[in-house]
Amino acid sequence: MSEGLRIAERLLAGDRTALARLISWAENGDSRFRAAHAAFYGRVGRARRIGITGPPGAGKSTLVNELARVLRGQQKTVGILAVDPTSPISGGALLGDRIRMESRTLDPGVFIRSMASRESHGGLARAAVDACDAMDAFGFDVILLETVGVGQAEYDVVGAADSVLVVLCPGAGDGIQAMKAGLLEVADVLVVNKCDLDGADRLQNDLSEAVHVRFTKRAWTPPIVAVSAGKSFGVEELVQEVERHFAHLEAADLALSRRSKRVQHVENVVDERLHRLLWRDRGWRAHVERELARTVSPYEVAEGVLAELTARLSAGPSMSPVDRKVSTP
Amino acid sequence: MTDRKIRVLVAKPGLDGHDRGAKTVASALRDYGMEVIYTGLHQTPEAIAEIAAQEDVDVVGLSILSGAHMTLFPRVREELVKRDMAHVVLTGGGIIPSDDMLELEKQGYAKLFGPGTHTEEIAKWIQAEMQRRFAAEARS
Ligand code: B12
Ligand SMILES: Nc1nc2c(ncn2[C@@H]2O[C@H](COP(=O)(O)OP(=O)(O)OP(=O)(O)O)[C@@H](O)[C@H]2O)c(=O)[nH]1
Ligand SMILES: [Mg+2]
Repeated sequence: MSEGLRIAERLLAGDRTALARLISWAENGDSRFRAAHAAFYGRVGRARRIGITGPPGAGKSTLVNELARVLRGQQKTVGILAVDPTSPISGGALLGDRIRMESRTLDPGVFIRSMASRESHGGLARAAVDACDAMDAFGFDVILLETVGVGQAEYDVVGAADSVLVVLCPGAGDGIQAMKAGLLEVADVLVVNKCDLDGADRLQNDLSEAVHVRFTKRAWTPPIVAVSAGKSFGVEELVQEVERHFAHLEAADLALSRRSKRVQHVENVVDERLHRLLWRDRGWRAHVERELARTVSPYEVAEGVLAELTARLSAGPSMSPVDRKVSTP
Repeated sequence: MTDRKIRVLVAKPGLDGHDRGAKTVASALRDYGMEVIYTGLHQTPEAIAEIAAQEDVDVVGLSILSGAHMTLFPRVREELVKRDMAHVVLTGGGIIPSDDMLELEKQGYAKLFGPGTHTEEIAKWIQAEMQRRFAAEARS
């Protein structure tokens, strides 16, 4: 039996060490992960995936900890994936989210994994969906997925979660900022955290006006829930609203919603592998450098590369997609 | 595996409240391209080992300045072994007399660093240690 199959079996048997190792393999682009994933994918799809996003310091990690507390009270098991940014200069990262989740460290029904964003710029990490799949197959009832502190354009979480919670707080980075950033548009539930602080009422009013304007034509209007994660206030109500959203998804077409997210995931995987193949493994970068040194314009160089790639793609029948019957989980 | 990064857990066991060293080392290792998880203060050996296991780290580094290292360091190792994590590189630092350092090294701590150590030395040592291990893994 291959190593990938063996670890998949251990995962399905509830071995936490296997889960931890699989996530590392996913992060490192290890081919053993792909073998394991194929073996456990049949068991993926039971968990509810809740994304938690919002600007830096809004209280995402504190809220994740609180959500886990409430969910554990309902006897649900919880997998947590918390992404923090990679330093663009050193390539290293300080993964600090789990400091706020200390009270869950020794809870046997909770598994917390920190992940660096590495080369991703969408607020998650390349391996985030893989890690969620592994946690899902392991058997967690709920997966909480915390993004890095987002700014204006990091929406990968939409493709990774069933429900997206956008967490804002009064003061820094105000509601208006969020509207400009388009964060509002990806929210399934809007959370006004730190409602123990001044300005929370105003933020809530601003948000409710903005939602009123923007969401009139949609089937789901995101509720606005005021909580204080720091003071354990309002989190039960928040969990109820998330439940309500999930019920809405199920009433619409949860399978369809998930399948279209999978399509996006496959596209990402192909893009990434192609990118790597082209620019890292084969000599195209050097080719481009040579061409530019001949003072050819960037567009001309690009056209040249594309022409050659297209020629190669159409040359061999092995390069065109083979039609196979696919079943969707 | 070109994508592999060194994952390090920097942990503060026990009641010791000195965290400057741990934080300094954690951010220095980040600056050397490692992915560093810092536990925060007052962790039990059990919690440290559990975090190391969930995070599948390559290195566990403990920081103690309170003098409790001879009880806490072995306890952390025990808890790691219980969780199938005997393979991690064990290191650490703080106020640790050299006799104690020798004794802990006998017990499986690869290397310990005292006050005044350049963080560059620590980072380079970890990198060299991990390179050896990655190479050994690739061969097997
Ligand atoms: C600053 C300091 C404090 C500050 C701490 C602030 C903070 N948030 O950290 C304050 C004032 C709060 C404090 C309080 C106390 N302190 Co004090 N403190 C110091 C002092 C002067 C410097 C420590 C320091 O920050 N060094 C700078 C950092 C960068 O160095 P470092 O921690 O040693 O780390 C280096 C290496 O050790 C190593 N390293 C450390 N951790 C790690 C981890 C890994 C993974 C690796 C690889 C390497 C590594 O690499 C680092 C870089 O070189 C030391 C004396 C000394 N010279 O060390 C006393 C000292 C540690 N304190 C001491 C004492 C007794 C106390 C108190 C009990 C005093 C009291 N009676 O109240 C309290 C206890 C507080 C508590 N809750 O635990 C004693 C400890 C005695 C002992 N171990 O036997 C010392 C040694 C002073 C002395 N000579 O008596 N202290
Ligand atoms: N007053 C108040 N402070 C809070 C509340 N929730 C979180 N905080 C504080 O806000 C700060 C940031 O909290 P985190 O949970 O780390 O925020 P985050 O969004 O995860 O931060 P990043 O991951 O760095 O983007 C911490 O100091 C928390 O203690 C709250 O409800 N009220
Ligand atoms: Mg956080």
